[in-house]
Amino acid sequence: MLKIENLKASVEGQEILRGLSLEVKAGEVHAIMGPNGSGKSTLAQVLAGREDYEIDAGSVTYDGEDLLELAPEERAQKGVFLAFQYPVEIPGVSNTYFLKAALNSIRKARGEQELDAMEFLKLVREKVKVVDLDESLMKRPVNDGFSGGEKKRNEIFHMAVLEPRLAILDETDSGLDIDALKTVAAGVNSLRTDGRAFLVITHYQRLLEYIVPDVVHVMVDGRIVQSGGKELALELESKGYGWLESKAGAA
Amino acid sequence: MSVPVDTQISDSPALGPLLEEMQTLGEQGSTGPLLSLRQHAGEAFRRLGFPTTRLEEWRFTDVSRVANTRFLPDPRPPELAAERLAPFLYAGCRNVVLLNGRVVSELSDLDISDAPGLTVRSLAEALEEPAVAERIGSLLPPDQHPFVALNTALFRDGVYLEVEAGARLEEPLHLVFLGETPDGQATVSYPRNLFVLGERSECTVIETYASLDDGESLTCPVTEVLAGASSVCKHFKVQKESLAANHLASFQVRLDRATNFSSHAITHGGALVRNDVGALLDGEGAVCTLNGLYVVAGEQQVDNHMRVEHKKPHTYSHELFKGILDGNAKTVFNGRIYVHREAQKTDAKQSNRNLLLSDQAIAHSNPQLEIFADDVRCTHGSTTGHLEEEAVFYLRSRGIDEAAATSLLTYAFASEFVDLVEVEALRRDLQNFLFSRLTGGDIVRQAV
Repeated sequence: MLKIENLKASVEGQEILRGLSLEVKAGEVHAIMGPNGSGKSTLAQVLAGREDYEIDAGSVTYDGEDLLELAPEERAQKGVFLAFQYPVEIPGVSNTYFLKAALNSIRKARGEQELDAMEFLKLVREKVKVVDLDESLMKRPVNDGFSGGEKKRNEIFHMAVLEPRLAILDETDSGLDIDALKTVAAGVNSLRTDGRAFLVITHYQRLLEYIVPDVVHVMVDGRIVQSGGKELALELESKGYGWLESKAGAA
Repeated sequence: MSVPVDTQISDSPALGPLLEEMQTLGEQGSTGPLLSLRQHAGEAFRRLGFPTTRLEEWRFTDVSRVANTRFLPDPRPPELAAERLAPFLYAGCRNVVLLNGRVVSELSDLDISDAPGLTVRSLAEALEEPAVAERIGSLLPPDQHPFVALNTALFRDGVYLEVEAGARLEEPLHLVFLGETPDGQATVSYPRNLFVLGERSECTVIETYASLDDGESLTCPVTEVLAGASSVCKHFKVQKESLAANHLASFQVRLDRATNFSSHAITHGGALVRNDVGALLDGEGAVCTLNGLYVVAGEQQVDNHMRVEHKKPHTYSHELFKGILDGNAKTVFNGRIYVHREAQKTDAKQSNRNLLLSDQAIAHSNPQLEIFADDVRCTHGSTTGHLEEEAVFYLRSRGIDEAAATSLLTYAFASEFVDLVEVEALRRDLQNFLFSRLTGGDIVRQAV
């Protein structure tokens, strides 16, 4: 589904991704771990189409199509979703209506019938259970005055409604207490299907106890330096990133 | 204070007809104290002349296009077909309609016998009472400000509102000031309004300024509000005149003890608009809110010059002005807060935020604090910038295209003000304007 080859990206002349390769198949959950500043969030933003980054080399193919050629909204319309590390507050725009506008622009782009208010409300009622989100947050402006945990759950809720094929979770666990973490993980797990892939970016192993990955990658200095099964996450937990950082330095 | 008069400006095409009219009005119009006030104002205007950008107060407001246009007053009696008025009305209001500064009686709800304690009259008629005439200019003397002088010398009519002590005006009073340029003649009007609000009275007043055609015009309104102790007044001003209109307005309110006065000014019409707004907090516990939203594009200029004067202790003022600028638009926010020595425990907040949608638009923002008391809290903040790129990206990553994302975030910026507009019909009118202005308006309409 997603194939990244030798991807190099920079911002303001500073190289952040330095030849990253990765392949994700439908139905798989891949975790990307790594120390701060290793380029994890940059990878997430580049995949979603943030225009601040300069692509210097390499390619990203999504369902056989050149992903890098597409505008952010086109990627979303084709099923790419990024759950933000820092979701943006939009005062004055209701969470429900924003999401309806988003879903309908995606459906329209796909040539599907747009949902009317009643159909959408039914969908929301169903999906809101996935993340145990207070229904009052649906009427409030997007993320406006939400707590950190509510913002993260709202991201998963958006994901549940938009039903992406490739979901990228950028440090969705950061700032969550254990109960909120479990709720978020349960929401993600309920969305795992054969046709859907996840890229779970995290600094800590903790989230991966609840969202069990098929593959764990370690990113250091803009490259993937080690890949393995879920046990790699546990190894990192006990040994830290130091041994891989020196490995990256040697390479 | 000696004020330099630019000779070029005083020879301006605008001046001849003005001086002529002052002469005529002086000969046939007023009597008694009003006559001497008008004469005094006329002299003041001759002395002050049209302001030039060399004056500090007018540094960013170039009125030369006004000074260089031969504006004439509308000679016709004030008459208007009801269907031409309809688009400007809000449901659930009492209306007073003025055409080029004169009350159109047939379209105005002047007979308000069902509302005890309330007087709504044509100012020209009300001035026959000395008690009313004496109050004209009591807050805005004509010798300080050239356009107050001009208005005082030349106004023909306006609205007199009196709410008796303890009386409550249930429906908002909507003052609809319409401009029309007969036969394309550049037309000037000087509406003059006086609101006298008794102790513990309550009222909501909306002033709408709009144009019936696209001809060149100058509207030069002056509104004085005497707000009695513990009165509550909610004032709204909507400026949506044509893009050929010039609008130079002065507004002054005096707040007595425990008065609660709020004003929300919406400006999106006009070529050159300037609001000089003053509030005198002249009684302990007075609370004054002055908020504004200006939405401008093209070559429009909108200036808001605020002057909040805390004269007594324990007085509170809050100002929130937000601006959305596109094209080559220019705006000025000048926020002066003056705290007298006696006015301890003053709490004054001021905030001006400007959103630039183009690289050519310019927003000037000048807070000016003059504080002579030592136990006060005064805060001010000013920001001017473009939409945050990250926020636009957030929306686009959810499948919303760039134009719609920009529109949604622009609406979100305005919404802080929109939500404060309590009169529902007015709020909806403002929302509809925003939807029509924003390129992705349909998606915004769905999303709010």
